[in-house]
Amino acid sequence: MDMLTLTHVEKHFGEKQVLKDVTFSIPEHTVFGFVGKNGAGKTTAMKTILGLLCADGGEILVNGMPVRYGNTPTNRFVGYLPDVPEFYSYMTPGEYLGFCGEIAGMKAKEIKSRTEELLCLVGLKNEKPRIKGFSRGMKQRLGVAQALFGRPKLLICDEPTSALDPVGRKELLHILASAKEETTVLFSTHILSDVEHICEKIAFLHEGRIVLQGTLEEVRKLKKEAAMEIETERDKDAQILMSAFPFLKATGRNSLLLEDAKRMPDLLHFIADRRIKILRLERQEAALEDLFMEVVLNEGVS
Amino acid sequence: MRAFLKKEWMEWSRTGRFWFLLLVFTLFGIMNPAIAKLTPWLMENMSESLTDIGLVATEITVDAMDSWAQFYKNIPMALIVFVLVCGGSFTSEYEKGTFIPVVTKGLSRRKLLAAKALFLYGMWTVMYGLCFGITYGYNAYFWDNGVVENLFAAAALTWLFGVWVIGLLICFSAIGKSSSLVLLGTGGVAMGVYLLGMFPKAASFLPSKLMEGMALLQGVSEGKDYFAGGASAVLLVLLCMGVAVMCFERKQL
Repeated sequence: MDMLTLTHVEKHFGEKQVLKDVTFSIPEHTVFGFVGKNGAGKTTAMKTILGLLCADGGEILVNGMPVRYGNTPTNRFVGYLPDVPEFYSYMTPGEYLGFCGEIAGMKAKEIKSRTEELLCLVGLKNEKPRIKGFSRGMKQRLGVAQALFGRPKLLICDEPTSALDPVGRKELLHILASAKEETTVLFSTHILSDVEHICEKIAFLHEGRIVLQGTLEEVRKLKKEAAMEIETERDKDAQILMSAFPFLKATGRNSLLLEDAKRMPDLLHFIADRRIKILRLERQEAALEDLFMEVVLNEGVS
Repeated sequence: MRAFLKKEWMEWSRTGRFWFLLLVFTLFGIMNPAIAKLTPWLMENMSESLTDIGLVATEITVDAMDSWAQFYKNIPMALIVFVLVCGGSFTSEYEKGTFIPVVTKGLSRRKLLAAKALFLYGMWTVMYGLCFGITYGYNAYFWDNGVVENLFAAAALTWLFGVWVIGLLICFSAIGKSSSLVLLGTGGVAMGVYLLGMFPKAASFLPSKLMEGMALLQGVSEGKDYFAGGASAVLLVLLCMGVAVMCFERKQL
């Protein structure tokens, strides 16, 4: 069953159309990466899913129920981490989570155990002072804890890793990946390596339009055949190869890059005939980044 | 909703808002009888200089009525302080975006608004009661509250005026996004009604009539004279709350 479905969603801010015919769905227990440059419309799409903004057209279903602007009953299925989470600065993290639990109508005993569990998970267990003195990274961690608090069926995170240091980012990605067991995750980012680490499905949003979507494998297949990198043992051999195959590009001292992988058999024949010693022959993994750039550039041209 | 009321209390006590208002209303409460008590002494001290300019100060006697007169002079000032302190109650949450996690956790906007409104009305009642209580206590101690008529009825009318002003504050908080707009709107309407009250024909039908508590104490007017003003205040509070609910439901947080 799909936990979230967007069908032909449109949104304008005055003259500017921010979302154009956005359609995608997320099956249960999936980590879905929502990728786009800053200003692509990711936050607008998320706020529309939460009923915080009114869609001008199309339909949004959360757990099979339509989202309404204002008071949407679908929010009881959702946990949300805003891009810049703000809390009541006079509370301690534990008090804030307790407040979240009470709002969600949880029992006191459950609130207590869940608070301890989540503060431990996000590494804020020993933070007794009030939120007032928290750094942005700490607020982000608390944001994750509050979003997961009510065991939501759908977890929406708006650029959750952007304020974190490398260690914090890795930890957070781990938390999101493991949250998949209990929930469905939609998270937006412009950091493509994050997507590659944990997502099963992705959608590229560019200027309010979904330009590409599918599973990670499907999207990777769309990339042109991956380039090959060859490293010879001797400098001379690299030069011989360069002169025989002028389309090779030098990438390092003895390293050459073959972008058109179809020419590989010719190259291998040449190497075998001349008995050139090869140190390394590596297929370059299709990076999402290249694909994203390609898609964005194509869109710009069309 | 209980959770949100608890949060409001935590906010009021930990940000010092509660203690500041407590101090202000206590001071006002003490000031009313103190000024009345000090008046004869002040006059006596000034009598020499008054004689010099040709005025003869006779001995002045004060009673509870003078202290209550001070109370009704000072309470609008206390109400203004209350409104200034609470003007950002909603707008600071809009600015910081702190309503968003609450709403996305499934608390209905109506309950959220009700909790905020209930807390503001509750605090006004507590603070006003405190100020009244202190003045009442001192007056009973120094003089005799028996000299004034309709003491509690007049107090209730002034309290209702405060409720009406706070209703305006909540209404403008649901409409506007900035605290300056809320304060301007609340102050503007209250001032407008006050000015309208200068027309004798309109005066008794407006909430501003409720501020004429002294006339009731002196027995110049009767309770029934305030019926129209009171009823209009109640209706306007209900109207304010209705408009607030409608706007808040559709508001972009």
